[in-house]
Amino acid sequence: MAESEFAQLQERFDYLSERESADHLAVNCPADKLVELCTALRDELGYDLLLDVTAVDWDVQSPRFTGFYHLLSTTKHEYLRIVSDCTDDINPSLPTLSGVFAAANWHERETYDLMGIRYEGHPDLRRILMWDEYPYHPLRKDFPLAGIETPLPAADVAEATKAKVLPAPMMGGPFVSSADGPMSQTEPSALDESWTEQKEKPVPSASPDGGKKN
Amino acid sequence: MQNTNVAYDSKVEGEIIVTQADAVINWIRKHSVWPMPMGLACCAIELMAAGASRFDISRFGMEVMRFSPRQADCMIVAGTVTYKMAEVVRRIYEQMAEPKWVVAMGACASTGGMYRSYATLQGVDRIIPVDVYISGCPPRPEALLDAMIKLQDKIGRERSVKNLTAPNAKPAEAELAGARKES
Repeated sequence: MAESEFAQLQERFDYLSERESADHLAVNCPADKLVELCTALRDELGYDLLLDVTAVDWDVQSPRFTGFYHLLSTTKHEYLRIVSDCTDDINPSLPTLSGVFAAANWHERETYDLMGIRYEGHPDLRRILMWDEYPYHPLRKDFPLAGIETPLPAADVAEATKAKVLPAPMMGGPFVSSADGPMSQTEPSALDESWTEQKEKPVPSASPDGGKKN
Repeated sequence: MQNTNVAYDSKVEGEIIVTQADAVINWIRKHSVWPMPMGLACCAIELMAAGASRFDISRFGMEVMRFSPRQADCMIVAGTVTYKMAEVVRRIYEQMAEPKWVVAMGACASTGGMYRSYATLQGVDRIIPVDVYISGCPPRPEALLDAMIKLQDKIGRERSVKNLTAPNAKPAEAELAGARKES
């Protein structure tokens, strides 16, 4: 069914290519055709609900950033994933969909905040989760989970308390909850408790059983 | 230990009780704690449970939850404090009238909890002085009640005019600096 669906789409939009997908239909679309495609999907093909806008950082690959859009047709009850690569790896950008779907406005602000993708033509491209002066995009692959030292958002509070945004102590983390066993035994804990910030991570060759503890 | 705050002998004093100003003031203060619920995450749900009939925080005289910091004297920080929210927590704390106390409820407010991340303040004691910490994720309402009783004990042992005799006008900061030196 997905094949015929894609064939229909490709007949109408010849720039699309099919993308491997574990669930519903997914298509690759060049960034400059995104607005045109989504407008047509909304007005002519019944994909009237934008469910999600997000992005992936592929780290060392090029193109490094890829934007993802999930559409739902509330009449056909079908999902569609549209995938669009950012051509520029250093200053990634995509056209905004906020003119097509109002829901894209905040989703794109979030993706801009955490991934640093600029949405060209967005009416109000500000950070939505982190504070405005925050200098990094924390979901990028080159950003450490613990964070990077920066000043607190409010200068007067920072001065009064001498507090700063500091890298969080990972203590062998990240802290995850194991999916096995009863809930009483799956409290979130560090994966590798053999090291802390004070006690360096053991090098496997130097101490063969150092990394075994779980 | 028998009650040392009050000395009373009906044969000697009749209807007069001899005591200390601290004992009276602290006795009044500790039985009329007005909490300010700084509910930021799931701990706030347990805080609500503590206020409801099953656990009933009013048994200890602290059911008057005030959502205005001007009318509250105990901030219960219940939940994850992000760096973005830290400013707000600090400002609300500064707006509370002296004397004031802080309870860090749960793992997140005490240490950042499981949120070892770029966005989360690793313990609310980095920005405001904390009197009582509660463990748990989230703590049960009984744990909160226990902490509030401990806070009452602490208020009972304080010098009641501490905040008036402090040399500087902003005792909260001095307290925070002192706490940092100790640790």
